This record gives sequence, structure tokens and C-alpha cells, in this order.
Amino acid sequence: MSVDVTLPVLSPKDFASDQEIRWCPRCGDYSILAQMKKVLPTLGIPKEKFVFVSGIGCSSRFPYYMDTYGMHSIHGRAPAVATGVKLANPDLQVWVITGDGDSLSIGGNHFMHVLRRNVDLKVILFNNQIYGLTKGQYSPTSPMGTKTKSTPFGSVDRPLNPLSVAIGARATFAARSVDVDIKHLCSVLERAAKHKGSAFVEVYQDCNVFNSGAFEFASKKGKKEENVIYLEHGKPLIFGKERDKGIRLNSHDQPEVVELGKGVTEDDLLFHDEKSEDMNLAFLLASMRHPEMPEPMGVFRCVDHPTYNDAVYQQVESATERSGEGDLEALFNTGDTWTV
Amino acid sequence: MATTDVPGANGKLSEQLDAVVIRFCGDSGDGMQLAGTQFTNVSAVFGNDVSTLPDFPAEIRAPAGTLGGVSGFQICFSSSDIFTPGDEVDTLVAMNPAALKTNIADLKRGGTLIVNEDAFEKSNLSKAGYESNPLDDEESLAPYQVQKVPMTSLTRDAVAELGLSPREAERCKNFFAMGLVYWLYQRDATPTEEWVKTKFAKKPELVDANLKALHAGFNYGLTTEAITVHYRVDPADLPPGNYRKVTGNEALAFGFVTAAKLAGKQLFYGGYPITPASDILHELSKLKNFDVVTFQAEDEIAAITSVVGASYAGDLAITASSGPGIALKGEGMGLAAIMELPLVVVDVQRGGPSTGLPTKTEQSDLYMCMFGRNGDCPMPLVAPASPADCFEMAQEALRIAVEFMTPVLLLSDGYIANGAEPWQIPEISSLKPIKVSHENKQQGDEPFMPYLRDEKKARPWVVPGTAGCEHRVGGLEKLDVTGNVNYSPENHQYMTTLRAEKIAGIADFIPEQTVEGPESGDLLVISWGGTYGAVRTAVKQTIQEGLSVAHAHIRYLNPFPKNLGDLIKRYKKVLIPELNTGQLRMIIRGTYLADAVGLNKVQGKPFLISEVKQKIREMIEEK
Ligand SMILES: Cc1ncc(C[n+]2csc(CCOP(=O)(O)OP(=O)(O)O)c2C)c(N)n1
Ligand code: SF4
Repeated sequence: MSVDVTLPVLSPKDFASDQEIRWCPRCGDYSILAQMKKVLPTLGIPKEKFVFVSGIGCSSRFPYYMDTYGMHSIHGRAPAVATGVKLANPDLQVWVITGDGDSLSIGGNHFMHVLRRNVDLKVILFNNQIYGLTKGQYSPTSPMGTKTKSTPFGSVDRPLNPLSVAIGARATFAARSVDVDIKHLCSVLERAAKHKGSAFVEVYQDCNVFNSGAFEFASKKGKKEENVIYLEHGKPLIFGKERDKGIRLNSHDQPEVVELGKGVTEDDLLFHDEKSEDMNLAFLLASMRHPEMPEPMGVFRCVDHPTYNDAVYQQVESATERSGEGDLEALFNTGDTWTV
Repeated sequence: MATTDVPGANGKLSEQLDAVVIRFCGDSGDGMQLAGTQFTNVSAVFGNDVSTLPDFPAEIRAPAGTLGGVSGFQICFSSSDIFTPGDEVDTLVAMNPAALKTNIADLKRGGTLIVNEDAFEKSNLSKAGYESNPLDDEESLAPYQVQKVPMTSLTRDAVAELGLSPREAERCKNFFAMGLVYWLYQRDATPTEEWVKTKFAKKPELVDANLKALHAGFNYGLTTEAITVHYRVDPADLPPGNYRKVTGNEALAFGFVTAAKLAGKQLFYGGYPITPASDILHELSKLKNFDVVTFQAEDEIAAITSVVGASYAGDLAITASSGPGIALKGEGMGLAAIMELPLVVVDVQRGGPSTGLPTKTEQSDLYMCMFGRNGDCPMPLVAPASPADCFEMAQEALRIAVEFMTPVLLLSDGYIANGAEPWQIPEISSLKPIKVSHENKQQGDEPFMPYLRDEKKARPWVVPGTAGCEHRVGGLEKLDVTGNVNYSPENHQYMTTLRAEKIAGIADFIPEQTVEGPESGDLLVISWGGTYGAVRTAVKQTIQEGLSVAHAHIRYLNPFPKNLGDLIKRYKKVLIPELNTGQLRMIIRGTYLADAVGLNKVQGKPFLISEVKQKIREMIEEK
């Protein structure tokens, strides 16, 4: 993406559309929208080059609230729509906004394929562990036993872990943040924006109407310090209010919480390497779930791979180099022809 | 109509014929599609009019020699205009007992039956369910001129010196069969020889083997005393021009590429493989140097939604599928309809419901395409009449999509898709241009209104990246002009009507319906899609018999041509032959209150001309 030096300086306000926002008061979506509006002006990309594509769900109303190009599409299909947008016009920066039901239930197929292809898209999954728009059924990320209108006796489904799915699909960028963790969320969104390839970001989002406080462990001051580990490339995994705890691999190569000091030094801890080509570390981090373990926040994986859209255009270019620009007359007259 | 000449130099008689129908059939591994295609090519290059009907086995890998594995290819070639691959077969080439059993009923009395005698051994006979060798049953073969040719062994002998494995050697027997039929119909084998040389360029031993088998077959016809007559079919009197042979799927691909070129746009194809639509994807995938982007999606839903995305981003975007895949695309089409984005969805129909008869033809998706979306969601529907017509209708579909900002459906079928006929190669300069204008707002203008309409009720098409026109679209109801989400009852009523009026208004921009035959009379036969050839021929022949009958073939199914209602009223009776249980008939009855009668066939096979003729005569007689 070429940066035009004469670009007008944009501010978050420039990205606000004139549409009334219809989310419930205090919904976590507001914060994510606000952080997005802060990040986009810092990217040096003209406003008209952004496209937001969403599926269906509360979170998927997002594009209406951004004064960019956008499409509120159909349930689960945003990754496929966005693939079409990006392939038709690779100059655009395309964001996919999706919910946990949208992307992992009805859209599970597309979610997996867009990531494995490495289409240059930014996929932001608003995970509230519930279906908000349809008024509170459990979702594929809801913990077992979740009681909702459709599961009055508790759900018996085993939940999916979005990051494990994304890493399993070999996402070249995978990260997690929390709606109200403003600075952290901004930095993760910014890194996603700058990643070349599919960038997947899971955001823990509070649906205060149907699943209030589901992520309090990771958002509330005083609690989150004990429950969350902020990942930094090349740094050891340390957490705790006093930064006195860390993660080490035990003799079975499983992560375990250890206290620093008392014979354990930083050097004994697991070090984060987001560039690792093998996905074991990213999987291992994704498997660390609250309450058994502190949950990692930040960038799990960020590797450089050729993008799908580039590969598609390379083929178009090399075919054109090889055979010349398409000539209809020549095309029609190939093979056996005859004159009457 | 045959005239018999004096014996030629080789002492054999040469008979002149107007039209001939040949069918090659054998096991799916016997190379019958290849034999048929090659015969079509040499006939087309020679200048005959040709029409073909490949018939694929229902099971991809049925056990060799069984009835389920029989593959056939029928071709009609003629010295005059023809519109179908023919009703009855003049010459049947049957490579094994199963092929004989499943095809003999279509051979006309007095027709030539060429069988590979070697294949009529115990195990093949029992696999085909014969208790004794049908070749020994003189009584049942009496109506035919039977040529029992030991093709396998003759082929093996012909290629013996090349040192191929027995399997490889026997594989060439389809070329032997072709050679024999080439001799029988005095075909020049040069195009096939050239094809073999390029096809097997990397395996010279196979070039040699296939050519030797081909020549051996030809020489067998020349020398054997069993065959005393061969035939000549003169070139057809087609309009002057350059020709090539096309299948429907090829012609669709050509049409779409042409439309994109004419519009100066990139073509985007998003698809998921399904018989019989996959060839469109295959053809377009080869044409990347035409600025064609093809995307093999993970399913049909991703295919249509990727196309929606590509259209939003400014490409000419198309997808194709067959019944089950079109069913999956319904929601995506509705999205494109409410967002008023241009794209084309091709349905190459096959036998349904569900997986149905995947390799056989049918016209039973009309209801689905006309109505199969949630909400009040009319979409324009066009249907090519023949393989070559696909070229024009592909362009028409894209033109309507772009001019009216709407998704458009194009209904083809298995018969059109795989069938082939001569196509007059157009002068590029003679093609109707396709105009695309993208809104491009100047600085300081009024705010951009994405649902402001032009005289055709079309809204503007903006390419994302255009400064000042940023806007959001989506599946929620729109307020007219601004395009903002709006749930008010009046607005929904208004927008529903507006969308319907926009589609209905297309009638002002498409050709009026024409008829072949008298402008009024006893009977009007209405057809659509791939039944064109059979109906056209049937009507032509019954007119020659003196009946008062006319034919209207509808290529624009939604909206119908403006004059269709008036036209129907000018005939006493209306007949609608369809390869379904009466779908167009129901729509015509509902639209025009016309008491149309159906001729309906759902056997996975096209109409025979004779079936349509018989029904026409019946309807005119029962006054
Ligand atoms: C084809 C289809 N099926 C079902 C629905 C109903 N529906 C709308 S949103 C939704 C679930 C949304 O959940 P999630 O993706 O978690 O988003 P949230 O509302 O929580 O942000 C469902 C089932 C639909 N719109 N379309
Ligand atoms: S239902 Fe939940 S997710 Fe939806 S807007 Fe309200 S709080 Fe947000």
C-alpha cells in the first residue's frame, strides 16, 4: 500500500458515520468501535481504502457505524465476501467483523478456509460466548453447562477455542485482547492492520445483557493481573500484580505456573516466540485457559507467508507475460475452425 | 433420399445422405467420449452442421462391463440445418455387451450395428445380464446390418510391432472404431491425426499406436468384403463465415470473457465444482491472461458470497452451479438483490431433487430460480436455447446485471452444457458494447446517495477506493435514496414494489417475442432452454405436413417479453413441452390465464422430435 504524503491528517471523528448506534448501553462493542476509530487514522491509509465486511449478529452491525466502505452481509459468510472484495481490488484494506456464533457456528467453514489461504484480511472476532442478537442462546464458545433459553438445564456441548481453530488453520497472525483493555486492544488492532496476510484477533467482548461479566477475570482491575499474561516476543512469560509468577514447561512439556524467586529464575521460564514457524508454542499458549491457567493476551503468532491475493495476481501476471494480453479473436480461432 | 453412385475405384458403392446419426457407446474406460468428440470435429471441419449429445454413466467408477458403466456419445451431422442430435440412430458402435443392451433400442430398422466381437465373451455377457451371446441371435439382429468386428484383436495386431503392453495396445481400440467409422462416412482424419500428435507429443509410442489403430480401422472398412457401401454427407449450407465447434459451457465461458473485455472490466468467477457446471470453471481458469480471476471456493455459499464481494468491489462477477449448489446460493442472491449489485448466477440444470441424476439433463429448477429466495425477491432470468446461443446469452445476462444493478440468473442445462454445435465466430467489432459507469464524486458535491436511481431505476455502482462516496450496504431493508437501514412499514412496502418494478421494467429493453410459423392459428408451442432444437424441428415438420402450428421459444423468462400475453391469445391452443412436470406451464397459466397444456418428460433425456410431433398432431386433431 503506497502512502501518499499529501494525505489529510485523519482523526477518529473522520471515521464515525452519521448512523445512530443501536447496541445496548454498556455493550463491549462500543469500546472496540472506539479503538478501531483510533487506530485507523494512524495507518497512513486514505479513508476510502478501508472496507468493513461483517456477517450477522450484534457485532456485525459494526460497518454501519464506520464512515468507510462497508457491507453487512449474511450470517457466517463475511470471510467469503471479504475474499471476493480483496481479490477484486487488492488495493483495499479489508476488515472482517464477526461474532463467535457467526464465525464458528454457521461460518466455521469459511473461517477456517480464509485463514488457511492467508488472504490479506483482518478478521476481528467479537467473542461474547453467547448469541446476542437472537437474545441469548449459548454459542460454540460457551462453557459446558451454560444455562440459556435453549439450554435450560445447561449446555452439553464442548466449546471451541477460537485461537486453537485459527492456529490449526495456520493463521499467519493470531492474537487476543479484551474490549475494555483500551491500550492493549489498540496495539493489537494496529499490529493486525500492519500484518500482511490473514490477521486473526479474538476480542473478549462483554454482552452485558445476556452474558454479563463473562470475562471479568480478564478485564477487571485487581483480578486481571492474576489471570492474564501479556505476551511479548522474545520475553519470558511472567504475570501477577507483583510480576512474581511465570510459566514454565514441566517434564511432560506441559505449561505450569511457578513462582519466581525461590530457586526459579526468569531463565527457567517459557519464552515467547511469535515468529516460530512450528505452531506448537502457539497451540500451547492457546490451550492455557482460565481458571486452570492464566490466559495469554497479545500476539500468539505472527509469521510472514505469501498472501493468497498476491499469488492469484502473480498467476494472472505470469499468464499474461507468457501468452500476451488476452485476444478474443485469437481465442475464438484456436483449435479446429473452418470457413463456409 | 439417398442416391447411390456407381462403384468407386475400390469397388465399393458410395451413397449420398442428408443427415446421419451415429452413436458410439462402450464402457466408460473405452474412450467413447473421445471418439465422439473427434468424429464431431472432423465433421464440423468438413463443413457439416453438427449437434451432439454426450451421455455420461451415472456412476463414475461403475465396474467395467456393467450396465451402469456404459458411456455414450451421439452425433448428428448433416448437409442442412439441424437443431438436435437426432431421434433414431443410423449407426451404432457398441464396444461391449452392456453397451449393446442399453442402446440397441435406439437403432433404427435397417441401421448399421458395429460391434466389437472380441468383447462378447462370457464374463462381459454375464455382467450385462445376457444368458446367451446376442450376436448369435440372428432373429433379433435381423432388422439391422450387423458388422461383427474383432476390434480388440485387430487393434492388438495393428500395434504389435510397437512393443506396448497388452493393456496399452488394447486401449487403442477406440481409434480402430473411429477409423472404421471415418471410412464408412468418408471423413478426412487429418484433424484427428493432428490432435493425436499434439496430445501425446511426450509419448511418441502412443502417437504411433493410436495412428496405426486409426488407419487399421479405416483400412478394414476399405478392404473387408463384409462392408460394401459407404456414405457421403455433403457440407451444410450454413451462412458464410468462420466457424468452430462449441459446447454450451465453452460458449458461456467465451461469452463472459467477451462481456468483460467489452466492458473493460476484470472478470471474477467464484465457483465450487459440480456436474455439469464445472467446465465453466475449467474453461475460465485457463484464461487468466484475459484479466480473469477464478476462485475455487470452499462451497457454493462461499462462491456466491465471494462474487457478491467482488461485485461490490467493482468486478464483473459470476458464479455457476447446478441444482443442489443453486439451492445453497439462495441467501446470497437475496443479499445481492437487496443491495442491488450486479452479478450473474448460472444454473446448469440436471435431474433432481437432491443429488438426483447428476449426469443427466432436466429443466426442473425453473421454480427454484424464479421463486427460490426468501422474501419478495424477483430476479431476471434468461435461458440460452442451444450451445452456441450461450455465447450471446452470457453477454445478455451480464448486460442486464450491470444496466439494472441486479443479480441475474442464467438457466442452462446438461444437454446444452455438454452438447456441441457449430458456432459462427463473430467479428469482435460487431458485438454489442457493454457500458459500465462507476459513480465518481467530485469534491464539494452533495453527499453521495447510494440508492439514488436513474431512468432504469438502477442505483449507482461505486468502486470502494473512490473518495467521497464511502457508503455501507447490507441485507437490512434500505431507505430509498440514502440506503440507510430503515424498518418502517411504508418504506418496506415501497422498496419491495420498487425492486419488483425495476425488474419488470427490464421488459422495455429486451427483444419482443417472435414466432416461427404463422402469426395466429390452431396451436402455439412454447418452449424454453435446451428443448429448442426438438421443438423447433417438430414444429417445422408439422407445418410442412400442413398443420396450423407455430413455435415461440422464450429466452427471457423474467421478465417475459412484453408481447407474450398478446401473442398467446392469437392461438386456439397452447402446448408447453418441458423436461419437468410443468413448471413454465404453471407460470404461463398464472401470468396470462392461458389454458396451456403440457408435454412433460423427466427421464434424464431430451425430447425426441417424434414425441413432440405426436403431441402436436394430437392436440390439433382433438378439436
Ligand atoms: C441463516 C441465518 N440463520 C440464523 C440467523 C439468526 N441469527 C442472527 S445473529 C445469530 C447469532 C449471532 O451470534 P454471534 O455471532 O455470537 O453475534 P452477537 O450477536 O453475539 O454479536 C443468529 C443465530 C440468521 N440471521 N441467518
Ligand atoms: S445483546 Fe449483548 S452483544 Fe448485543 S448489543 Fe446488547 S449487550 Fe451487546
